[in-house]
Amino acid sequence: MYKILKAEKLADKIILMDVLAPRVAKHCQPGQFVIVKMDDKGERIPLTICDYDREAGTITIVFQEVGASTAKMADLKEGDAFRDFVGPLGCASEFVNEDIKELKKKKILFVAGGVGAAPVYPQVKWLHVHGIDADVILGAKTKDMVILEKELEAVAGNLYVTTDDGSYGRSGMVTTVIEDLVTKEGRKYDMCVAIGPMIMMKFVCLLTKKLELSTIVSMNPIMVDGTGMCGACRLQVGDEIKFACVDGPEFDGHLVDFDQAMKRSQMYKTEEGRAMLRLTEGDTHHGGCGNCGGDN
Amino acid sequence: MADVLKKVPVREQEPKVRATNFEEVCLGYNQEEAMEEASRCINCKNAKCISGCPVAIDIPGFIKEVKEGNIEEAYKVIGRASALPAICGRVCPQESQCEGKCIRGIKGEPVSIGKLERFVADYALEHDIKPEGPESTNGHKVAVIGSGPSGLTCAGDLAKMGYEVTVFEALHELGGVLVYGIPEFRLPKQKVVAKEIEKVKELGVKFETNVVIGKSTTIDQLIEEEGFEAVFIGSGAGLPMFMGIPGENANGVFSANEYLTRSNLMKAFDESYDTPIAGGKKVAVVGGGNVAMDAARTALRLGAEVHIVYRRSEAELPARVEEVHHAKEEGVIFDLLTNPKEIFVDDNGNVKGMKVIKMELGEPDASGRRRPVEVPGSEYEIEVDTVIMSLGTSPNPLISSTTKGLETNRWKCIVADEEFGKTSKEGVYAGGDAVTGAATVILAMGAGKAGAHGIDEYLKNK
Repeated sequence: MYKILKAEKLADKIILMDVLAPRVAKHCQPGQFVIVKMDDKGERIPLTICDYDREAGTITIVFQEVGASTAKMADLKEGDAFRDFVGPLGCASEFVNEDIKELKKKKILFVAGGVGAAPVYPQVKWLHVHGIDADVILGAKTKDMVILEKELEAVAGNLYVTTDDGSYGRSGMVTTVIEDLVTKEGRKYDMCVAIGPMIMMKFVCLLTKKLELSTIVSMNPIMVDGTGMCGACRLQVGDEIKFACVDGPEFDGHLVDFDQAMKRSQMYKTEEGRAMLRLTEGDTHHGGCGNCGGDN
Repeated sequence: MADVLKKVPVREQEPKVRATNFEEVCLGYNQEEAMEEASRCINCKNAKCISGCPVAIDIPGFIKEVKEGNIEEAYKVIGRASALPAICGRVCPQESQCEGKCIRGIKGEPVSIGKLERFVADYALEHDIKPEGPESTNGHKVAVIGSGPSGLTCAGDLAKMGYEVTVFEALHELGGVLVYGIPEFRLPKQKVVAKEIEKVKELGVKFETNVVIGKSTTIDQLIEEEGFEAVFIGSGAGLPMFMGIPGENANGVFSANEYLTRSNLMKAFDESYDTPIAGGKKVAVVGGGNVAMDAARTALRLGAEVHIVYRRSEAELPARVEEVHHAKEEGVIFDLLTNPKEIFVDDNGNVKGMKVIKMELGEPDASGRRRPVEVPGSEYEIEVDTVIMSLGTSPNPLISSTTKGLETNRWKCIVADEEFGKTSKEGVYAGGDAVTGAATVILAMGAGKAGAHGIDEYLKNK
C-alpha cells in the first residue's frame, strides 16, 4: 500500500496528493509518469508526476476528475492509501540528458494548459535548479481554474498567466499569448514545451510550426500496463508508430498525428460515461435515453 | 473394461454452455479416473517421457504413486522437479512433449500425463500439502526479475537450495503471463495460480510488486546498493507487433496483449471491475498461435461472432491441438489461408471492416513450413467491428538498455546460454521469453530451472 500524506483541492475537480513511494521518488526525472490503482477492482490510471522529494520518499501527483475512477480517487483523504503505485514510467525529458552548457544557451518557452501545469512544473524547477530560467505560459479556462501559479512563479523566468474568459491575467488562449510574445513583443525562443489537453497541444503545434519553433508535447493516451506490453497507447509520430509509455510520453509535437490521437482517446468514452452514471445514480440511470441501448 | 488403448476421457463443460462463461473448460479427473488412467502407464525402464519434459519430472515415478492411490507421495515426486504442477498440467503442450514420447502412443493414445499431473497438483492445493522447503537459509541474496513461469521456477528452486530470494514484479499482481495472458477459463487465477504462488511463498521467497526494473531501479543498483549477489532475468516477452497495414490505429484494433490484459489481469469481463473492454460484435483475430486462440475464445465469451484469420492452413496452426479443438467446439470460425490487407475506418475512427486476400501454400521457407503466397485478384471484404492482432511480440528494451554489459542479439533478445542461463554480465542469468522470444510456459520454466542451477554453481564457486 502507498500512503497518502497530503490531499488538497487545488481547484474545482483538481486534486493534489503527496504519496509515499520511495522507489519512485528515488529514481524519477522530469517528464516521467506513474500509474496508480486505487483498490482491487480499480483501473490502472496513468498520472503525471508534479513534484518529488527524494529524501522524504514522496511523489506529488495532480489529477482532474474526468471519469468514474478519478472521481472515486478524489474522495481519498490524507492517511488513506493507494493499493498500487508504480513508476517512474516513460522517458525523462530530453533536456535532462543534454549538456548543461549547451542547454544554458537555449531559451525555452513552456506552455501549460489546465492540469498540464502539473507535469510542466518539475521540468521548469529542474531547469531553475540547474541555473536556467525558462519562460512559462500558464493557461486556464477561468481564474478559479489556475493552478500552481505561486510554485511556477518561484522557478520560472517570466510567467504569463492567461485565462480563456479574461477573468485573470492576460485574456485568451495560450496560442494568443505565444503569438503575442513572439511576433508582437519580439521574444526569441529556441524550443517550446507544450503540455495540456490534446486539442490545446494540437493548436500550439500548428502555430509553432508556422513560427518555426520546435515543440515538444507530452502525450497522455489510453494505457493499460504502461511498460510496453499492451500497445493501447500507440501513436502515429511521423512515419512511425510509437508507444507513449516506453518511447514517450514526450514527442516532437510537429510530427504527432493529433487528430488520430484524439479519436483514439474517445475509445472508451461511452463505457466510462456509463460507469460514471452507475456510480452517481446507481441503477436509476436507466432512463431510456434511447441512445445507449441499456447495459446489455 | 475400458479400452486400454484409449485415454480415460476427461470431463469438460459442454461447449455451448462454456462459450458463455469464464469458468474452467476442463474439469479434470477425480481420483478414481486418475487411478484408472495411471494404470495404463507401463512404467518403462528407459522412460522416454522424462526426456520430453523440459523440467525432467520423474513421470513414471509419480504415476506409479497415483496408481497406488498415494497422491501426496506423487505430489512430492513432481515437486522435486516442478514448482508449478497445477499450472503445467493445464497449459503445457503435452502432445509434443512428454505424451508425444509415450510408448503407449505408438499403438493407441498416450497416457494422459498432463491430466494426471493436474489431478495430483489440484489434490495438493485442496489438501494444502506443503512443498518441501530448506532447513535453513544460506544467507546469500538473489534477485529474480519477473514473477512469470521462469521467475517463479527459478525462485522456487533457489529457495529450496537455501537462498534468500526476492522476486520483483512490474505489474500489481503476481504471475506474469499466467495472470495477464492466459484466460481464466484455461487457468483459474484464484483457485490455481494464486495458490501455487502461495506455495512458492511458503518456501520463503519474498515478492515485491510494482517494481519496474530499468525504471524503479536497475540491475546494477540491485547488486551495488541492495546487496543482491546474483540476478535472474525472467522479464518475459515484450512489445506487441502489428502488421503495418492501413487503418491499424483505428479504434477497435487491439493487440492480443491488450485485449487479454484487459480481460484477464484487469478482469474487464466482470462488470464489478472498473476497467472497460470493447467486446465487439464481430471480431477478427489475426494469427494462429495459442494467444490467438485465447483472444478468440475470450471475445466469444464476451458475446461476439469470432473469426480466426490465419495466412497458412490448419496443419500449420502453431496453437496446441487441444486449443484449436476447443475453439472450434465453442463456435470460433476459422478463415484459413487468408491474410488482412487493410482495415476500413469510419468517420469516427472506428473499425468498420477489413479487406483480406486469399493465400496458397508455396515452397517451404526457412522455418520449413510452406510459405503462404497471395492469390492474385482474390481480395474480398469482411464486415468486422473489432480486429485483434496476435502476431507475437518483440523484446522489451527496459532492462537491456539500462544494464551495463548485458549483451543482446540482433532480435534484441538477451543472450544467455541454455545450460545455465548465463549472460554476458557476471552474476546475471536470464531465461524465458526475454531470451527466446515468445514461447511456452514450460520452456520458460525449464529456463528458470537452468538459471537456478547456474546461479547456485556461480555463488558456490565465488
